[in-house]
Amino acid sequence: AASAPKPLPSSGPKSLREMPHPLATSSSEEMGPALTPSPDLLLPRSIADKDLSLPNGTPVDTSSPASSSSLLNRLQLDDDLDVETRDLFVTVDDPKKHVCTMETYITYRVTTKTTRAEFDLPEYSVRRRYQDFDWLKNKLEESQPTHLIPPLPEKFVVKGVVDRFSEEFVETRRKALDKFLKRITDHPVLSFNEHFNVFLTAKDLNAYKKQGMALLSKMGESVKYVTGGYKLRSRPLEFAAIGDYLDTFSLKLGTIDRIAQRIIKEQLEYLVELREYGPVYSTWGGLEVELSEPLEGVSACIGNCCTALEELSEDMTEDFLPVLREYILYAESMKNVLKKRDQVQAEYEAKLEAVALKREDRPKVPTDVEKCQDRVECFNADLKADMERWQNNKRQDFRQLLMGMADKNIQYYEKVCVT
Amino acid sequence: MESTEPEPSDSRPEEEEEEEEEEEEEEEEEDGALLPPEQPLAAVEDCLAKKMEITVSEAEKRTGRNAMNIQETYTAYLIETRAVESQIEGQCAPVESLWRRYSEFELLRNYLSVTYPHIVVPPLPEKRLSADNMDPDFVERRRIGLENFLLRVASHPVLCQDKIFYAFLMQEGGWKEMVNETGFQLKADSRLKALNATFRVKNPDKRFTELKHYSDELQSVISHLLRVRARVADRLYGVYKVHGNYGRVFSEWSAIEKEMGDGLQSAGHHMDVYAASIDDILEEEEHYADQLKEYLFYAEALRAVCRKHELMQYDLEMAAQDLTSKKQQCEELATGTVRTFSLKGMTSKLFGQETPEQREAKIKVLEEQIREGEEQLKSKNLEGRDFVKSAWADIERFKEQKNHDLKEALISYAVMQISMCKKGIQVWTNAKECFSKM
Repeated sequence: AASAPKPLPSSGPKSLREMPHPLATSSSEEMGPALTPSPDLLLPRSIADKDLSLPNGTPVDTSSPASSSSLLNRLQLDDDLDVETRDLFVTVDDPKKHVCTMETYITYRVTTKTTRAEFDLPEYSVRRRYQDFDWLKNKLEESQPTHLIPPLPEKFVVKGVVDRFSEEFVETRRKALDKFLKRITDHPVLSFNEHFNVFLTAKDLNAYKKQGMALLSKMGESVKYVTGGYKLRSRPLEFAAIGDYLDTFSLKLGTIDRIAQRIIKEQLEYLVELREYGPVYSTWGGLEVELSEPLEGVSACIGNCCTALEELSEDMTEDFLPVLREYILYAESMKNVLKKRDQVQAEYEAKLEAVALKREDRPKVPTDVEKCQDRVECFNADLKADMERWQNNKRQDFRQLLMGMADKNIQYYEKVCVT
Repeated sequence: MESTEPEPSDSRPEEEEEEEEEEEEEEEEEDGALLPPEQPLAAVEDCLAKKMEITVSEAEKRTGRNAMNIQETYTAYLIETRAVESQIEGQCAPVESLWRRYSEFELLRNYLSVTYPHIVVPPLPEKRLSADNMDPDFVERRRIGLENFLLRVASHPVLCQDKIFYAFLMQEGGWKEMVNETGFQLKADSRLKALNATFRVKNPDKRFTELKHYSDELQSVISHLLRVRARVADRLYGVYKVHGNYGRVFSEWSAIEKEMGDGLQSAGHHMDVYAASIDDILEEEEHYADQLKEYLFYAEALRAVCRKHELMQYDLEMAAQDLTSKKQQCEELATGTVRTFSLKGMTSKLFGQETPEQREAKIKVLEEQIREGEEQLKSKNLEGRDFVKSAWADIERFKEQKNHDLKEALISYAVMQISMCKKGIQVWTNAKECFSKM
């Protein structure tokens, strides 16, 4: 029967909930004309659903359109999980330098402890280099395009003179990589990703990588989005709001980054002067008899202030700035995901329009259309879910961050006071 | 009630001047710093400072015509004095006041330096050569410096008894004439102006040499310290002010946040407070810098005393040398032998011997000169010893004062720093609290 084009879903979960549970309906006569396409919804979901499985191991009922929403509920519960119920722990540590004929590079030890069934052993320890992390990130982006993948520290250091093998650089990077893996570990969907599993466990990652390249085209695992040709008419309000927020957010973070850098610079210049200041008191002390002790005292105090200030600046550079930058990267990647979402929606809308025009092709195209729609729904759902967790986490992170900054300043002042 | 009537001995410098004017014909370059005869040092309780409240309370812009009939603007300072003792009786003594300008202070100080060469005379606040003598901050700092100067002089056991000083405080009209009448400018040794001219003294007093060296070093180290401190203050200012930017950004950021918004906003407010706090902190530090600066100038005064001693010593040695050579000449003339080469000896050989009468005359003149010279040498030696004694007494006094003052200055500086840190801790603790509520 001819049916009017289905109204576009305004946001994934809502419209999904509005649909009747397919398992509850058996006869089509109860469905209104608007719901004619629904039987087609029973077809296997888009690839994005493939990896869905609840943490307890039971596969999600992928045939149910309501599954995404129940998953969403599930995700919300996850936020309240205590540490004790976590069953996967990953750490990055022990950086080591490797010198080969072709190149020199650093590897990090990745240790895993888990009780999950997906893992053969309860413990793993492997060595990985930055390249491997980068590979993992790409794989995750490909296989879970509707999810927000945590950012990696930058590949290349643009600021010129920094030594790739300097202790500070390696340590900063290690911390960022550790965070990266921990964020994946915490993610209810990403942590079950196959590539992630291999990353954590395989002795020889390179072999798997090569294998993956070959399989790629066969399995059509990556959902390739046709970039050209689909223009989104309007972004749903929700997502537009997120987009705006992200824009302002990264702007503000950028500003904070610049301010922090400026402060550090000023502090260092202050330090330079302070370093000259102290010894003058010493010199004077050498001249005097009675005053020599107090003068030496002042000189020593100033010396201590210098040390404390140095530490403060170091801490800021090592702990505060990288986190800021990380979140800026995060915002960037989130914006990309939003764009992709737009793409999917655009594709969906275009195809829907096409369907409206060409009635004959209905049996085939609706599948296509449905696929698109599915993607959109899932995208939206996952996105929202991720956003919420992200916000929460971010809040925690920043809270810690700024408190840390405040703490450091406090410590600095306390040290100065003591002297 | 003891009054600070100028003692009769104060008029003696004038008497001595008369003597000097006679002597000056013969010894033009005499350092006429004959000391006022030793007065009993005023006990601390008798110092003018204890008897009288002295303040430089106001500064005012004035315009007037100067000596060359050119109109100029200058700042006049109001000196207020009030006798203390009468307050004990329950009555408030009347406040006397008069106006003085900086140049008059300078005149006073020059007078004191010349009249009391053995005293380390308190310094005036600096004579700023650059642009704005009218700048209110500068005027304010100068006012405080001038008050400090007066208090220092008034607390000095010797200086506080000076008549001219007293008149400076109490007598507005005719003071300048009074000062000039003392003729102190004549006593001033122009050689002292050439600070670095060396006079080869054969037997320098080690103590004075060391002291001069010390004062040079002190000047150098304090001025270095002040320079670096100023730079440090500038940088610190920069650090604090940049934090103010956080305030703005946090505010803007809070606008787009939900749960984090309030925390960010209030934290931003604390950042603003932090940035603003530096102004007060630096102003307090200026006070510390001024204390150091006073001693920078004091070092110069110390050096001046050493210098005067050096010159005295030099004059002494010159006089002794002169005496010796005159004695030698006399001897030669008397015995007819030429022990050392002398132009006179040569010319007499070339142009013939003098007549015995001529020789006799010369000998007589020389003998007279020798007698005078010996007397002078004696008095110079005495003078020198007196000078050393009095100078050293004042130097000891000065050292104690310096150690005490500087110790206090350093302590208050440390206290300042601690308070600054405590404020910092306060601000960041507040900010931390805001962040924890995010």
